[in-house]
Amino acid sequence: MINFDYVRATDVADAIRKISSTPTAKFIAGGTNLVDLMKDDVERPKTLIDISRLPLDKVEKTANGGLRIGSLVPNSDLSYHPLIESQYPVVASAIQAGASQQLRNMASTGGNLLQRTRCAYFYDTATACNKRAPGSGCSAIEGLNRIHAILGWSRSCIAVHPSDMCVALAMLDAKVHVSGPDGAREIAFADFHRLPGETPHVDTNLGAHEIITAVELPPQGFAKHYTYIKIRDRLSYAFALISVAAGLEMEGDTIREARFALGGVAHKPWRNGEAEAALSGQQASRGNFEKAAAIFLRDAKGFAHNGFKIDLARRAIIRALTQAARGTPQVQAIKKLR
Amino acid sequence: MASQSAESIAVPAKIEVDLTVNGAAARLRVAPWTTLLDALRDHLDLTGTKKGCDHGQCGACTVLVNGRRVVSCLTLAVMKDGAEVTTVEGLAKDGELHPVQKAFIDHDAFQCGYCTPGQICSAVGLIAEGKARTAEEIRELMSGNLCRCGAYQNIVAAIRQAMETRS
Repeated sequence: MINFDYVRATDVADAIRKISSTPTAKFIAGGTNLVDLMKDDVERPKTLIDISRLPLDKVEKTANGGLRIGSLVPNSDLSYHPLIESQYPVVASAIQAGASQQLRNMASTGGNLLQRTRCAYFYDTATACNKRAPGSGCSAIEGLNRIHAILGWSRSCIAVHPSDMCVALAMLDAKVHVSGPDGAREIAFADFHRLPGETPHVDTNLGAHEIITAVELPPQGFAKHYTYIKIRDRLSYAFALISVAAGLEMEGDTIREARFALGGVAHKPWRNGEAEAALSGQQASRGNFEKAAAIFLRDAKGFAHNGFKIDLARRAIIRALTQAARGTPQVQAIKKLR
Repeated sequence: MASQSAESIAVPAKIEVDLTVNGAAARLRVAPWTTLLDALRDHLDLTGTKKGCDHGQCGACTVLVNGRRVVSCLTLAVMKDGAEVTTVEGLAKDGELHPVQKAFIDHDAFQCGYCTPGQICSAVGLIAEGKARTAEEIRELMSGNLCRCGAYQNIVAAIRQAMETRS
């Protein structure tokens, strides 16, 4: 592992002060991704600022009936929190679909948002990668790109965002609370992660000296009609090839509102407003789900090894919407798709 | 592996870390980049905790920190100042094996044994969490511990026995 200096932040203001005044410093909380990347020489901070002891570990109801999740709440605690289980079960399910329980015990809510892609070329310092070394090129476009993007990619980068939790948060229209030298602000979840464009080394719209303090969930949790489906190469403890977080508001067999977000397809959790709107006021039928999936995937384009993802995504969308409509969500310990 | 490039910084002073390891106080002086795994094995001679992948993918280095199972290879020792750490060496009490250790022997839940300390610590953590009831749930919540000998059937049986012993 690389050598680095270590300091501990005493409160949020101190954390912002320290990150603003220390060149090439990084915050560390759970460390599950950052320490690994430092061992691989991909991340090379000269100083780590330990924020793991800051008082950002509460889950609190908001005045409007939503939930404010402190950025240091561990993923495991969040997935088993009574208010998450009852009001936002799609978040619980998505978290439990990701990583291992050891890693979920360590990983923080804010850190989950900031984890980096698992593109093998990003990790391999002997290869070109615009995300790791801007301007060096993309090895994945002409390389082994089985796990890569089918939507929203650029010639600079076809990596995907690895999080499961973020797919559920995108579906729910969560907000990200951040603080920085210029004060506090909130970022809509859809605006938090970026598409690669010409600057794939910039994953998010978080400012260089900003810190995530909380994730806020709106009141609408789709607790009656939801699911999280994750398709991967092994049945547990693997990143998604395709994942779908779906939530429906139903009136009998009629869909009042539909939401669905996909993981494993793009540089950020992917939604398509037109595909969701096409389901509004419609019957919950296979034909209508097929139409929505077709709209969602209209612009999808694969590469040499990941073309299969387009049909896999289509089927996963239909399956997820069917499960959500029936109120029979996937249970992560049960490996047969419902 | 880190390269010794020109941008390597001067070695910072070692940092004092107080831990309680298997019930005993331990004061270490470690570099910031020393993982909890290396601190246990190289500074405290507790070599029961194994280094498998060293990247959080195999679970061989699983220990309990403040009662929660974590992978010690991705845990920086300096960040755990004040913590209580339990390794496989700390599970037996007064010459009696921990119920999970006993169950692993009863069910022959290992072959080469390299993953076993991590499996056992992970299983102790799983039982404390209280979220697994069925064999499917045990498998899912133990998926962070790989066993390349493939002793999974017997590991699940051992954990079920230990859960019954406890309840």
